[in-house]
Amino acid sequence: MTDPKNEASATAEADAKRRSLLKGAAGVFATGMFPAVHAQEKIVLRYLGTAVNQDKAIADKFKADTGIEIQYVAVNTDEVTKRAVTSPNSFDLIDTEYFSLKKIVPTGNLKGIDTKKIKNADKITTLFTTGMVGGKAVGDQGTAPKKVIYLEGEKSKNFAKAPTQFMSLIPTVYNADTLGIRPDLIKRPIESWKELLNPEFKGKAAILNIPSIGIMDAAMVVESMGLYKYPDKGNMTKKEIDLTIKTLIDAKKAGQFRSLWKDFNESVNLMASGEVVIQSMWSPAVTAVRSKGIACVFQPLKEGYRAWAAGFGLPATLSGKKLDGAYEFINWFLDGWAGAYLNRQGYYSAVLETAKAKMEPYEWAYWMEGKPAAQDIKSPNGQVLEKAGKVRDGGSYEQRMGAIACWNALMDENTYMVQKWNEFVAA
Amino acid sequence: MKVEGNGPPAWLQALPFAAVFLFFFIAPLVLVAAVSLWPTSDYELLPGFTFQNYATIFAGCANLAEPCVTLKTYWSTLSFALETWAVTLLLGFAIAYFLAFHVRSATMQTLLFVVCTIPFWTSNVIRMISWLPLLGRNGLVNQGLLWLGLVDRPVEWMLFSGFSVVLTFVHLYTMFMLVPIFNSMMRIDRSLLEAADDAGASGWQTLWNVVVPLSRTGILIGSIFVITIVMGDFVTVGVMGGQQIASVGKIIQVQTSYLQFPLAAANAVVLLAVVLLIVVALNRLVDLRREL
Repeated sequence: MTDPKNEASATAEADAKRRSLLKGAAGVFATGMFPAVHAQEKIVLRYLGTAVNQDKAIADKFKADTGIEIQYVAVNTDEVTKRAVTSPNSFDLIDTEYFSLKKIVPTGNLKGIDTKKIKNADKITTLFTTGMVGGKAVGDQGTAPKKVIYLEGEKSKNFAKAPTQFMSLIPTVYNADTLGIRPDLIKRPIESWKELLNPEFKGKAAILNIPSIGIMDAAMVVESMGLYKYPDKGNMTKKEIDLTIKTLIDAKKAGQFRSLWKDFNESVNLMASGEVVIQSMWSPAVTAVRSKGIACVFQPLKEGYRAWAAGFGLPATLSGKKLDGAYEFINWFLDGWAGAYLNRQGYYSAVLETAKAKMEPYEWAYWMEGKPAAQDIKSPNGQVLEKAGKVRDGGSYEQRMGAIACWNALMDENTYMVQKWNEFVAA
Repeated sequence: MKVEGNGPPAWLQALPFAAVFLFFFIAPLVLVAAVSLWPTSDYELLPGFTFQNYATIFAGCANLAEPCVTLKTYWSTLSFALETWAVTLLLGFAIAYFLAFHVRSATMQTLLFVVCTIPFWTSNVIRMISWLPLLGRNGLVNQGLLWLGLVDRPVEWMLFSGFSVVLTFVHLYTMFMLVPIFNSMMRIDRSLLEAADDAGASGWQTLWNVVVPLSRTGILIGSIFVITIVMGDFVTVGVMGGQQIASVGKIIQVQTSYLQFPLAAANAVVLLAVVLLIVVALNRLVDLRREL
């Protein structure tokens, strides 16, 4: 059925677009030349990253604002790292996770980003620069961004100990993950990571099958079960890896796991179909389950969250117009529109101040301040995510980000860890 | 008969194809074998010479009481290959037999053959995923069983298990068995069957002593297809096994995604050796070159 009202408004919108296009064209003819300098030579930036923030709306808006075209190259987290290491000339802009830097930076394939050319560099949230939220330090086990965000120089293969003028990545988006649960099927409060391996949920639990992230979730479980306290979950010794994997294998042999999952959609399907009632999960995946009308909670736990963060990097060989275009994109990204867009999806943006200016006060109150929604909360594409009156799981920005326990990490014993993880999968 | 001065010499005619083979098959293979002997390093490939990667793969494999990951993985992959091979052979042979000997008109044969290929009109992944809503805890089959009162709680072993993996393999690859067998059956001289009948052979005797031996090239080609595909598959095992069942391909994929190329290359060489052994063994049973 077509809604006549909608159709009318769509026509009106199309009309408006046509008119503004005509006006623009008239302007060009009137002055006899194209306004922006970009028009002289079209710049196309190849943007390598995961699909998470490769939103068509962002590329369209940026092109409308600046005339520069963004060409998305969407691959998974591991593949981004692999390409950065093995084919650094296949992209003009990289969007990767901070923990990958330990592999990428020593190759010299990334250029330090000059913060003097980034307008809002000094407004980037302190979570990245000093590891603080609301004046309090958060957990820094694993590859916390503050450890790897500064480089010693523009052409450096080393991380700087203290803040410098050059950043390895300019943060784009970050969040903190926890367990997702089906409250309608569990029917009791869940408060701790140890519930993931509780025999009560035998055959109904799932864990992430990305070794570097799954091992961190497993470590949170091991610690909450009181089996062991890690000096640094993000950098385990071989013995600690053995212990963690053994715990997982024992649980697997007892039939604890229904499935393991590797991508976003898999986790949504497992949860929505009721195959799994408790699993490690990403915040937007919980939102996706909920938008199907199925009860699902992104459960805050007393041990805290496992955080992750991604950012823009520039390949070392980038120069000339493309380099200017890339800087322009990063500046545009931090300028608020994209930040507001990401915040509305349930992620967090790097510069909060500019994003706030582009969000409605009721949206800001719901997403960032943990207040009840004053009216229905909608996703950027207009889908209702939450009814008025509801509060966001986990509360405000400070409550959520302040409760970070550890970060996604790359361990020194990575090869050994992957090998042991394969053992878990084969068990 | 020898034709001279007629067109370019034979070696020149074979050159383009040989070059394609050299660049896209031999060279990568040699490279993989070479990299498998390089030392493991996280972010760069350093040429070298070490057997460390192979040692890592087979570490602890001498203890048969508690098999190492490599042995366990190969065992699980091999058993999938065998189970799938047995079922697809049975199904493929039966369907091909029906098409070749029981369907009389050529039009009908063509039509039914096309019907068999219908599943191939959608992608591999879609055919695989379509099993999920059917076999799941709240899936159609379980709902049906509950409604009929055959079970009082959902059956769990149908999804994310060895069963669902083999079922999907059979669904995906029976065609690879069917086509070559059908092809060999169509080339069987019908008068041989009549002769067998005249000589007083029963239906089963004709099947076993005439049809099966004359279809063996098709059976062999189909078997090679199915076994090599299943040995290298990791997507089906991943999706249908709930990522909880190891496969050799999956291990290689995980290692390449963590940039452990030398280890992955060593694993690939081992897998290649195993598959080649199987193919050689099958060729011992039927001399493919002479039969074709």
